[in-house]
Amino acid sequence: MSEPPGATVTLADAPTTDEPSKALTAQRVLPLRRPGRWIATAVVLVLVAQFVHGLVTNPFYQWDRWSYWFLRPTILDGLLITLQVTAYSAVLGLVGGILLALARLSKSPVLRAVSWTYVWALRSVPLIVVLIFLYNFSALYKTLSVGIPFGPALFSFDESRLATDMVVAVVGLSLNEAAYAAEVVRGGILSVDQGQHEAAAALGLPKGYQFRRIVFPQALRSIIPNYVNQLIGLIKGTSLVFYVSLLDLFGSAQTMGSTYPGDIVPLLLVVTVWYLILTSVVSVVQFYVERYYARGATRSLPPTPLQKLRTGLTDLRARIRREAAV
Amino acid sequence: MTADTLEALADAEAATVEVHDVHKWYGTHRVLNGVDLTVRPGEVTVILGPSGSGKSTLLRVINHLEKPEIGYVSINGELIGVKRHGERLKELSERAILTQRGQIGFVFQNFNLFPHLTVLDNVAAAPVATGKLEKPEAQKLARELLDRVGLADKTGAYPRQLSGGQQQRVAIARALALRPGVILFDEPTSALDPELVGEVLSVIKDLATSGTTLVIVTHEIGFAREIADRVVFIDGGKIIEQGPPSEVLDTPRHERTRDFLSKVL
Repeated sequence: MSEPPGATVTLADAPTTDEPSKALTAQRVLPLRRPGRWIATAVVLVLVAQFVHGLVTNPFYQWDRWSYWFLRPTILDGLLITLQVTAYSAVLGLVGGILLALARLSKSPVLRAVSWTYVWALRSVPLIVVLIFLYNFSALYKTLSVGIPFGPALFSFDESRLATDMVVAVVGLSLNEAAYAAEVVRGGILSVDQGQHEAAAALGLPKGYQFRRIVFPQALRSIIPNYVNQLIGLIKGTSLVFYVSLLDLFGSAQTMGSTYPGDIVPLLLVVTVWYLILTSVVSVVQFYVERYYARGATRSLPPTPLQKLRTGLTDLRARIRREAAV
Repeated sequence: MTADTLEALADAEAATVEVHDVHKWYGTHRVLNGVDLTVRPGEVTVILGPSGSGKSTLLRVINHLEKPEIGYVSINGELIGVKRHGERLKELSERAILTQRGQIGFVFQNFNLFPHLTVLDNVAAAPVATGKLEKPEAQKLARELLDRVGLADKTGAYPRQLSGGQQQRVAIARALALRPGVILFDEPTSALDPELVGEVLSVIKDLATSGTTLVIVTHEIGFAREIADRVVFIDGGKIIEQGPPSEVLDTPRHERTRDFLSKVL
């Protein structure tokens, strides 16, 4: 950091109150003091300290029970289910969302209408209703068949064997996720400048290449933050699969809680901490993925936390040196 | 320029462009009203006209970014965007149109470089994507073309790190990478700061002398006078007059041409 001009002006040069008529020479400007900000900071710090103190000392939280449960196999099994359901639904939901978005942006009025109706319906129906409906799906349709529409079937599946709890959960969440992802993806595609489509067309790039290599990577800039938002909602949304008898993280804690009613609070805290960890991991990944897709969009890439820390320290050192010099 | 570059560019056989009685409407507004134009191989044609006269639309009709409602365009005798079906014209498939565009370079007013790709990838993308060259050869060609437009040191940069003039020169290199028989320029210097116009014009001039067929929409009258073999003046979707610059620019026959030139000169 370069020093501002005049920082090295000696005190002898500076005008004093004794000589008000003396012309101002270049000198350091004293920053405005902000007492209100200091008071607000102090108040907030006290409140935070109180909250943390309560968290640690209140026996009601039973932190010993928390550490007993945190890495129990039942909880970890539940965590694994949560991760699996999230991963499958996130991928299937995104793929479905891309297809729905493309249908919505297509020139065919039928595709547009079907896509719009799907999004409208799935966004209107609560996820829990979709899940319970799918859970009872096998009662409505005994077998699923692949074959000629309205004609003979080529393969048939026994629905009750195909639709395990896991499948029901993933299908339900994916159907729901796709509806939201469709709008996220559509918004991203619309955010790409029309000139990019024209340039790609003028160069004669094949249609698929235009989408995969030119339009979609640029759309990702706006898709990623929105889709991560969705993803975090999805992670927490998986707690609903408990109602279709799949024991995810929340479900396992819930079950243990009914067996050990005294441990309900520490169990809920276990779940809370795990969800916090999952969301944090997603946020870190988001930062680096966003940074990757920012290539070319900004003149220089945003700094990583480590780089920020390093420049922050350098700035601080320079400032201290400057203050000391005056 | 290296011998390799000359060789790479020698493949570009200058093309003949023919525009036959083209009509184009936007809704009820008629933008092109029966345009006929023939550009001979290696000829440099500058299109002038007031704003809204249809000059950009004409350029976009030539590479079929806009479909004419009536009439057709042919390049070296090959119909663009349509095929003969008995006595009638039928629209080609999108894939076929994209393939045809390989012989027509297009340079936009706003450059429209791909911001997420490096300068080198911007230039090398089309030959690879269309299957004309393998990646290493395309990159080699891209380096040569960038050298030709004076940007050999910018291959690793992203477009937004460059000045407008540099971006437009990359866009020209990108258009050249498909070795087109004709290059269309849509107001290539209109989005540039005045001091950057010269570097782009000198690249275009270089192309003009190398014998590529060029069709240029521009407001740079002085530049038109210098490099055009023919100046075409358009107004109201029609060609009002055309001829060598000495005729159209210095002794225009039509009132509307005189009127336009008196405003821009």
